[in-house]
Amino acid sequence: MVEQKLRATLITGRTIEQGVGKELGKGSVEYYDSCAVCFFDKSDMQKIGIKNGSTVKVTSKYGSVIVKAQRYPWGTNPGMVFIPCGSWANCITGDETFSMGMPLFKGFPVEVESAPNQPVLTLDELLLKQFGRNSL
Amino acid sequence: MSKIINNVVCPICGCLCDDLEVTVKNNEIVKMKNGCAVCEAKMVHGYKSEERILKPMIRKNGKLEPVSMDEAVKKAAQILTDAKYPLLFGWSSTVNEAQRIGVELAEELGSALDNCCSVCHGPSVMATQEVGIPAATLGQIRHRADLIVYWACNPWTSHPRHVERYTAFTDGRFEGSEWKSYMNKMKASASRKKMDIASKRIEREEAQINPQVEVNGPPPQTLQKPGRKMIVVDVRKTMSAEAADYFMQIEPNRDYDVIEALRCIVQDQELDVEKVGGVPVEYLREVADAMMKCEFGVIYFGLGMTQSLGRFRNIEVAIALARDLNRKTKFIISPMRGHFNVTGANQVFAWQTGYPYAIDFSQGYPQFNPGENTAVDLLKREDNDATLVISADPGAHFPSVVMKNMMKHPLITINPDMNAISRLGDVVFPTQWCGIEYVGTAYRMDSVPITLKKVVEAPPGVLTDEELLSKILAEVREIKKKRGLPVGLTEQKIVHTEPIEPPRVCPAPVTKPKPKKVVKKKKEAA
Repeated sequence: MVEQKLRATLITGRTIEQGVGKELGKGSVEYYDSCAVCFFDKSDMQKIGIKNGSTVKVTSKYGSVIVKAQRYPWGTNPGMVFIPCGSWANCITGDETFSMGMPLFKGFPVEVESAPNQPVLTLDELLLKQFGRNSL
Repeated sequence: MSKIINNVVCPICGCLCDDLEVTVKNNEIVKMKNGCAVCEAKMVHGYKSEERILKPMIRKNGKLEPVSMDEAVKKAAQILTDAKYPLLFGWSSTVNEAQRIGVELAEELGSALDNCCSVCHGPSVMATQEVGIPAATLGQIRHRADLIVYWACNPWTSHPRHVERYTAFTDGRFEGSEWKSYMNKMKASASRKKMDIASKRIEREEAQINPQVEVNGPPPQTLQKPGRKMIVVDVRKTMSAEAADYFMQIEPNRDYDVIEALRCIVQDQELDVEKVGGVPVEYLREVADAMMKCEFGVIYFGLGMTQSLGRFRNIEVAIALARDLNRKTKFIISPMRGHFNVTGANQVFAWQTGYPYAIDFSQGYPQFNPGENTAVDLLKREDNDATLVISADPGAHFPSVVMKNMMKHPLITINPDMNAISRLGDVVFPTQWCGIEYVGTAYRMDSVPITLKKVVEAPPGVLTDEELLSKILAEVREIKKKRGLPVGLTEQKIVHTEPIEPPRVCPAPVTKPKPKKVVKKKKEAA
């Protein structure tokens, strides 16, 4: 049975594609393709009825973001979703630092739901939506 | 006419690989050898991409418009001097010479000064201050380490040549490379997968591919073999885990528990639980055995430790584990520093102010208080009223909830290309790529200073970080003088010729000539 929402733990971090994308330029297609994604375990994808390339809405206490779903290529990690670090991941990371200067980047709860037909914003669109300005 | 430049240093990650072979033609890098994928992306394509900023810009009516360098410098100095408490953030992707001017600027402004390590390895720095750290240079590890533990990091993606150059897959003087055995393992795994798929097809069942390293399975026999061994501990399986002899998957936010359990085993204490952090105690016992039996072990830890619950306590306990292991064998521990000169930022700040990051000059003297003077906390409380960001991208790497507060006040950015923060800036400066267009000093992740090389000429009119910061500093002092405010005593004229090399050898102790003793001869009794 397909569920409406998936409760999962979010981890953000580096991927080699994100590394290449950021060095090619933050406005590059490679950066967009490598960062505006969310990696899922196969079983979690079946739970909420999504496939590789479907758009999903990831929501945390601090905000929400639309990204593309992708199957995590290494091993099984049910209940864990991974977004490469970048502007999209940081729409939902938290400002709680536990008095140590380090905000919430890893290991906090999020909800994921399928969001068909919703656009995945580009970096400039995302900045305009969040901060009301960009380079254009 | 093309020329080949050897031994170029890669200005990307903390590895600072210094064996690149770069081919330059018509003042452009056209080919690069020995580098990783990320290095090639920057050195061959990224540095000259369309995203490059070539002229200073000021935001007028919501749009960035090109202006002259003098106008932009005046505007930036005006913003910084008008602000009551500016924040100077970044510093990790620039050279030590520029960081030094940054400290001087922060002191002149009475501002907050923080670097990127507050959102990466800041907790590691705090833990090192608390308990110290048993460390070694990467060269030592390359030649001697026979057990390499990567804890909560994925070097294959964040430091792509770390395994190949410094640890498991390198041929050291005393320890050989494990590359061949890894290749054999991969071949065996590939043929096993093929066999599995073929047999399932015959049985008309859905193919179930066995993972090469069984997730949370028992440690293999190879963990006790002589020669190099690699263990990866992480909350998710990664490419690095695939290359390891053993991958131990733990539950998120449970690093502290697992390390503490390993410490108990190392200290011969009993554990009356079956599992710790999702890992059976018997597996932990075998990992601890491998750690104690090795001749030279090393733990590399990444952001999985510093960004999980526990923060600097995780690192503190990991250092304590290394300390305990040192009673049985030789063991060291080291953070996997991200940006190529984030270690240098800590070094320069500590050398200049006494503190490595999260520094506050508002009282006229440096104060250190992570959690209060760190960039995210300052922004969260809306303490600062202007921001200067240099060689960093908090626009992409700070939570947007705190970035919204940064946007309420003027923002000055200094970056070579149009990254997320430059897209948001009010005054946007271009700068040269250090390590490509100008020379400078950077610290590798093991705190070894390395001189970056110049490979191509910079575009005309674009200054180095050091020159630009010196201009802003001079302008700030000029404005302060006009307002009758006291300015810093040291007015240095920076002439950028050669990078400053820190002393490699301790100077010989000065010995005072000892006063000659007057020995009175005793008159022999007649």
